[in-house]
Amino acid sequence: MIKNALASALIWLIAMLITGVFAWLLADIIIHGLPHLSWSFLVEAPGNAGRSGGIGPVIISTGLILLVAVITAVPFGLATAVLLSEFTQRNSRLGRLVRGSLDVLSGVPSIVFGLFGNAFFCIYLGLGFSILSGGLTLACMILPILIRTAEEGLQATPNDYRLASAALGMSRSATLVHLLLPAATPALIAGLMLGLGRAVAETAALIFTSGYVDRMPDSLFDSGRALSVHIYDLSMNVAGGDANAYSSALVLILLLLFINSIALSLANHWLHRSVVTV
Amino acid sequence: MFLLRTDRQLAFLLGSCALLSAAIVLLILLFLVKESWPVLQHVALMRFVTDASWHPVQGLYKLTPMLSATLYSTLGAILLATPLGIASALFSRYYAPPFLAGCYRRLVELLAGVPSVVYGFWGLTTLVPLIGRLHPPGVSLLTGILVLTLMILPTVALTVDAALAAVPVAYVRSAAALGLSRWSLISGVALPAARSGITAGILLAAGRAIGETMAVLMVAGNVVEQPHSIFDSVRTLTANIALEVAYATGDHRAALFVSGIALMTLVLVLVGIAECFPRKRYYD
Amino acid sequence: MKKLGIVVTLIVLTGAVWGLLRIQSNETKIEKLVLTGSSTIAPLAAEIGKRFESFHSNVRVDVQTGGSSRGISDARAGLANIGMASRGLKEDEKDLLNFTIALDGVSIILNKSNPVNALDKQQIIDIYTGKIANWKEVGGNDAAITVVSKAEGRSTLELFLHYFSLKNTDIKPQVIIGDNQQGIKTVAGNPDAIGYVSVGAAEYEAGQGAVIKLLPLAGIAASVENVRNRSFPLSRPLNLVTRGEPGGVARQFIDFASSPQVNDLIEAQFFVPVAH
Repeated sequence: MIKNALASALIWLIAMLITGVFAWLLADIIIHGLPHLSWSFLVEAPGNAGRSGGIGPVIISTGLILLVAVITAVPFGLATAVLLSEFTQRNSRLGRLVRGSLDVLSGVPSIVFGLFGNAFFCIYLGLGFSILSGGLTLACMILPILIRTAEEGLQATPNDYRLASAALGMSRSATLVHLLLPAATPALIAGLMLGLGRAVAETAALIFTSGYVDRMPDSLFDSGRALSVHIYDLSMNVAGGDANAYSSALVLILLLLFINSIALSLANHWLHRSVVTV
Repeated sequence: MFLLRTDRQLAFLLGSCALLSAAIVLLILLFLVKESWPVLQHVALMRFVTDASWHPVQGLYKLTPMLSATLYSTLGAILLATPLGIASALFSRYYAPPFLAGCYRRLVELLAGVPSVVYGFWGLTTLVPLIGRLHPPGVSLLTGILVLTLMILPTVALTVDAALAAVPVAYVRSAAALGLSRWSLISGVALPAARSGITAGILLAAGRAIGETMAVLMVAGNVVEQPHSIFDSVRTLTANIALEVAYATGDHRAALFVSGIALMTLVLVLVGIAECFPRKRYYD
Repeated sequence: MKKLGIVVTLIVLTGAVWGLLRIQSNETKIEKLVLTGSSTIAPLAAEIGKRFESFHSNVRVDVQTGGSSRGISDARAGLANIGMASRGLKEDEKDLLNFTIALDGVSIILNKSNPVNALDKQQIIDIYTGKIANWKEVGGNDAAITVVSKAEGRSTLELFLHYFSLKNTDIKPQVIIGDNQQGIKTVAGNPDAIGYVSVGAAEYEAGQGAVIKLLPLAGIAASVENVRNRSFPLSRPLNLVTRGEPGGVARQFIDFASSPQVNDLIEAQFFVPVAH
């Protein structure tokens, strides 16, 4: 009984500790960041090395980098997930090989992605510091997350679908396009959002690939500064950049909160739904 | 497996995509080796262990202090984050009233999403002066561990939470029917049943801790020395790359790619360990 | 649920179309000028670039940060049109041309609460090589000194080492930092720290209430004023570097960056314009 009470007390204490630290961190950023946050901060270009002005071009660059990452990663991720879940046995050699290498890929530190992206996309492929290089590097990074969630989504679709359509003489391709993918869509989108969440918070991989230029990008071959790189530069390299660094951090957290809540509601919805239909 | 013609074509297409995705890891390794080749050619591999210090501009390439810094900080963060993360998951699953549990879970999810630059920024301006008052210089292995703990705690908490949710209801009900106290139920039934999920979560968190760069760079002090106490300043392998690569040319740059290879080796070992455990898949 | 999917797809598609249109419109002849190198100069060069673009609508100036050595090697390899170096050219770099656009100094900084107000050259050397480890040996409190130094490859470090005739292997630091602000934040957060950073940045932060103070060097106060009149001993030129005589836009940019038209930008970054 004493043990029971002690455990309860300890667990409540730890939960309060975690809440406290979190509140401390968030309050710090809100107190310093909120006063500078305004509509004009969101749309204006940075001035005086980021000390004044806003973060308009930085937000656009961040968006474009994410867009490139998504457009590249989704087809590959989806194809790989479909292959793993629908066209290979669980223990086939191909399946094991692909899964194994994806497990490693998901553990690769972001700074190593940065080194690789710099050496491969920027220098070897000659894309230079550009939104394209940054986006492609992030695509490699979010690929394992996409594949894993998509695979789980596909596996959660009821097997009856497959059997029934096989009995009707439908091709596997048709089953996939008309039945399985639509059923797995919410899971795919949830995976995408998880990936985006990781990508938007990324600094180390982007600083060496998409670069430092804070002008409004003209094309995907332009260098564009991502939000997290902007925060890093303001707090580490620009005297008097702290105020805008806090505000940018607040914007980044709000953006993540938005992406995460979409991912969450989709994931919950999908879980709920799969429970109902099975 | 019997396949129609269109299906065969599709399978071929999918197979190529999958192989391409799988090949990325190889491509990364290939480029790490290619870029570090210039220095590996005329510097023996052992010199990365036996050299006197890390002063690449003067041709000294000792990596081992950074390797141990990475290992110590990861280990320390795991040791702190595991009990805290498990307690946090138990709180939201078994202790908190439903409404509070929902709020608390949202909070942990938000914490999981806070970008590492923000943690580093906060650690440098708030945590470092605090630890500095305790024992100068403040930037130290300890600060690194604390910031890392904060960063991986949500990962542990969320995966353990998912693993606990997957414990069959029947187990919990029968334990309750036997009149076990809440703590006996948790320690005797729920936690053992969720063991493999908990291990998976810890390994996932270890991966994050090894790979974390910017936050550690901002708070750990970055001196390349074998640490003798937790108040000593350390530099991890990731921080080493981030700190110097933009400034490096020639052999120095190549030596930093060797740090990258060392990191990849650590990750491979970790994935190898994970393979040894029976696996269940959870959301990241 | 379906609606949300459609909305997301629409957003992605409009974004893609917008991106493609931007690429299309890019075909109207635009010249790109790439500058890489010193992170000290990068914010200034970016500001000069913006003003330059406003006069030359067909030019885009891309500034990428790195280190001085990187800027020099990029300029030599042709990866950048212009390199940025926050130090003079070394003997084996004389194949390049350099154009000084501004001056900067490097100052020793201490926490404001530290009672020590001056250190001579030998004391600084002894502190950085670990021979003096406690502030009381130089007339301060009884407290261990926290030595803050810069990471390898930074030209501030090279300049510091050169001035004090030290090798980097001699230095026994407790903290290694990357950029200036990290140094200022570290010293401001630690009453027993000593570091060295750009004079301009330190003077600005001290003026904004950061708890740091700048130490005089060889009896001369570390201030932007003394860098301007060239009496401060530890100062450095901020250079633009090219391989061979620059032509076309690169020439125009260098001329523009060395003209009085950018003096206000240089002063806004706390550097000293080269007198005209």
